[in-house]
Amino acid sequence: MALDQSFVGRSYPPTDPYEVGREKIREFAEAVGDINPAYLDPEAAKALGHSDVIAPPTFVFAISFKAAGQVIADPQLGLDYSRVVHGDQKFAYSRPVRAGDRLTVTSTIEAIKSMAGNEILDIRGEVHDEAGEHVVTAWTKLVARGADSEEGEA
Amino acid sequence: MTAKIAYGDVEVGAELPAQTFPVTRATLVQYAGASGDFNPIHWNEKFAKEVGLPDVIAHGMFTMAEAIRVVTDWTGDPAAVVEYGVRFTKPVVVPNDDQGATIEVSGKVAAKLDDNKVRVDLIVKSAGQKVLGMSRAVVQLA
Repeated sequence: MALDQSFVGRSYPPTDPYEVGREKIREFAEAVGDINPAYLDPEAAKALGHSDVIAPPTFVFAISFKAAGQVIADPQLGLDYSRVVHGDQKFAYSRPVRAGDRLTVTSTIEAIKSMAGNEILDIRGEVHDEAGEHVVTAWTKLVARGADSEEGEA
Repeated sequence: MTAKIAYGDVEVGAELPAQTFPVTRATLVQYAGASGDFNPIHWNEKFAKEVGLPDVIAHGMFTMAEAIRVVTDWTGDPAAVVEYGVRFTKPVVVPNDDQGATIEVSGKVAAKLDDNKVRVDLIVKSAGQKVLGMSRAVVQLA
């Protein structure tokens, strides 16, 4: 069933703050095998001009995608999540995420399209810090696959 | 932000040092825990095959995280990455053996932009196939 076009432009309430911890950044950096000192050593991060360790560029996805769950699980939208794969992902940063940040995410449905039997949903997550300053915007394209499609991956 | 690469020293077409990243089932379990993405297609072979995949596949976001390392290792300061986007075109299939899979990443400067920024285009392959498309980063250089 086609998704309701009237949901385009709909925004969801900001999430409760997610507090970014040094050890969570370390855990993520080790999981991707990346030992850049900026992620692991506060002194090395300070030498680069950061107030604390920073997170790898894609770290914030765990936060923005959890927030996108509000959209995905919205019963009024009616997305069939069992058929959903991750199509595209993009980030635009005002500054890197860093330890100590308390981040909130505001999710907005940017576009809904039907293409070749697939439903395509574009969600924008605006990530702000406790002071209300923009940190990063995450764009996530989700594709709810039709029966014959093989494109994309979760 | 203190990238160790100077804008004036970089020409369009310059290649970034290519890198190869191994990925095994153990890598995927570790990434699942760190990222909170416990979708069973990334660790349960039976489930993956039931939903039509050839085998367990890597998290797309894992591959995205590996690919940008070619840029962050080049600049030194990861904060140099001001934009980064990819399209997930093919899965990275990870067999249940000691070898796992390999993600091969190369990159080159595709354009010089204003304000000491450059666009880097990445080529990301596994088992001879491109696994990410439109893989691009905008990078702030010194």
